[in-house]
Amino acid sequence: MSQLVEQPNLNDPDGFYQELIDSHTGLSDAQSTSMNARLVLILANHIGDRAVLAEALALAKETMPTTERS
Amino acid sequence: MSKKIFEVPLYPYVRSADQDAPKAVRHKVVVVGAGPIGLAAAIELAMNDIPVVVVDDNDKVSWGSRAVCYAKRPLEILDRIGCGDQFVDKGVQWNVGKVFFDERQVYQFDLLPEDGHKRPAFINLQQYYFEEYLVDRVKELQAQGKPIEIRGNNKVVALDQGEDYASVQLETPEGTYTIEADWVIACDGAASPIRSMLGLDFVGRVFEDNFLIADVIMDASFPTERWFWFDPPFNRGQSALLHKQPDNVWRIDLQLGWDIDKEEEKKEENVIPRLKAMLGEDVNFELEWVSIYTFQCRRMEQFRKGRVIFAGDSAHQVSPFGARGANSGLQDTDNLIWKLKLVMENKAPLSLLDTYDEERIYAADENILNSSRSTDFITPKSNMSRIFRNAVLDLAEKAAFARPLVNSGRLSVPAVYDGSSLNGADVPHMPKRTRPGAPASDAPLEKGYLLEQLGNKFQLLAINCDVPVSLDVDGITIESLSINTAQLPDKSLQERYLGEARSAIYLLRPDQHIAARFVSYDEASVQEAMRIATGNLTQEVTA
Repeated sequence: MSQLVEQPNLNDPDGFYQELIDSHTGLSDAQSTSMNARLVLILANHIGDRAVLAEALALAKETMPTTERS
Repeated sequence: MSKKIFEVPLYPYVRSADQDAPKAVRHKVVVVGAGPIGLAAAIELAMNDIPVVVVDDNDKVSWGSRAVCYAKRPLEILDRIGCGDQFVDKGVQWNVGKVFFDERQVYQFDLLPEDGHKRPAFINLQQYYFEEYLVDRVKELQAQGKPIEIRGNNKVVALDQGEDYASVQLETPEGTYTIEADWVIACDGAASPIRSMLGLDFVGRVFEDNFLIADVIMDASFPTERWFWFDPPFNRGQSALLHKQPDNVWRIDLQLGWDIDKEEEKKEENVIPRLKAMLGEDVNFELEWVSIYTFQCRRMEQFRKGRVIFAGDSAHQVSPFGARGANSGLQDTDNLIWKLKLVMENKAPLSLLDTYDEERIYAADENILNSSRSTDFITPKSNMSRIFRNAVLDLAEKAAFARPLVNSGRLSVPAVYDGSSLNGADVPHMPKRTRPGAPASDAPLEKGYLLEQLGNKFQLLAINCDVPVSLDVDGITIESLSINTAQLPDKSLQERYLGEARSAIYLLRPDQHIAARFVSYDEASVQEAMRIATGNLTQEVTA
């Protein structure tokens, strides 16, 4: 069974980050949320493995701040 | 206009000799409720020569279409109780489903039923026809002298349990009287009065939503397909469903939301504009039936309390998405009656009835899980849930990967009783679909189909090997059915029952579920599997 990759795995971290942020340029918060939902679904399908996805969901949740930052 | 079948009394009240008896008459089995599940239970009992009285609080079949979709497995059960043809001949068969989002079609599916089965994947049929045909079957059995009786306008008003019987007080147009029964099967629906009389819990999840259902008679050119809309222009923010039934009757379900005035919404002057918006201004139609429903997903903790056994909606309730209500109810009685028969004949311990709970609660939980998931997709409960739902629907139009996520109802499939305490030996390299606990898969024989030869008794299916013609295990007869695959018209049976194996022996239960399988015949092994399947031998629990 494969495991969630937690070590750096992006071959161009700065480039990817810029592309991610740019993709939201000009979008309202509602549009951005909708875009992110699509992205999650697309990436989840690419990963495919339910166990890896469960790990990813857990990691995302566990790193959330206990109080919402404004 | 002539009267509809649901306006005609089919089993009008007739005074019973029991009403004039000096003391309560004891019956073998009393079934409460002459709906699809109660009638199916009674028919199977009568076919087994177990006397049964069905009591119902009215004298007609169901008002309106109600349960409309019937899956292959329940059709096979109807075949087994001797009346499948009538349903399939009248029913509308469909395979294609279309999903619309907003103004466009985003996805289309085809059930693509597998070849080599006698029965189709699905038929649509109004519940009133379903009940009428079962009443026809009851009359046929009565003509053959079978011990079955329906008492219309006999409403249960009280129920008490004794040590080994229950007494039932019935209210009729001519006053009340009491009868007793060794066993009571409560098929009195989701609002089960019997369940309330026994003070039993029925807990689960309430869905805060209302649905308008309309049966519409029209000559429309819509194809025979299931059409489902998410957020359509004619019902903004809600869902809609269109399904064809026999006699040019179309079933329409419109989601209305939670805060509505039910009585207002049901009025024809409010329903008609909604339907016109959906069907088009120029379509002529006539309303046959309108209702508003809400639903819950819940089940009883146990389906049996002493001498009272619950089956169908009285035991478990699901949302309508996926056609898992009546379909699973029929599988309840399918599972129950042969067990009850063995217990009544003292050929199995009372604990065999615990396996009704074990197997059918497993199935009920599967149905509740699937229908709750469908409901959550169709009617999102949070903003984020709606955002994901809409993202799935938008993606589905372009990207194949998103289509399996679209959930407008996961259509009813039979439960496989994996891990049941009645399951015996397995041969791991044989096909998975025919493992112990699974319902037998149909396949064409030289003449007719396999399932026509199975059911209503224990059987050994011997494929490419020799078995005795019959076998007696502790007073229960097992009959053999021998099949040589060289004589079959195609490879279906081989693929479904043998796989790579050259021969096989299957032990089948009276409900056509597989109890055990072997590569060849060995009397001691079959006897052991038989004792396990009848609850006469408890298996060691293996980790």
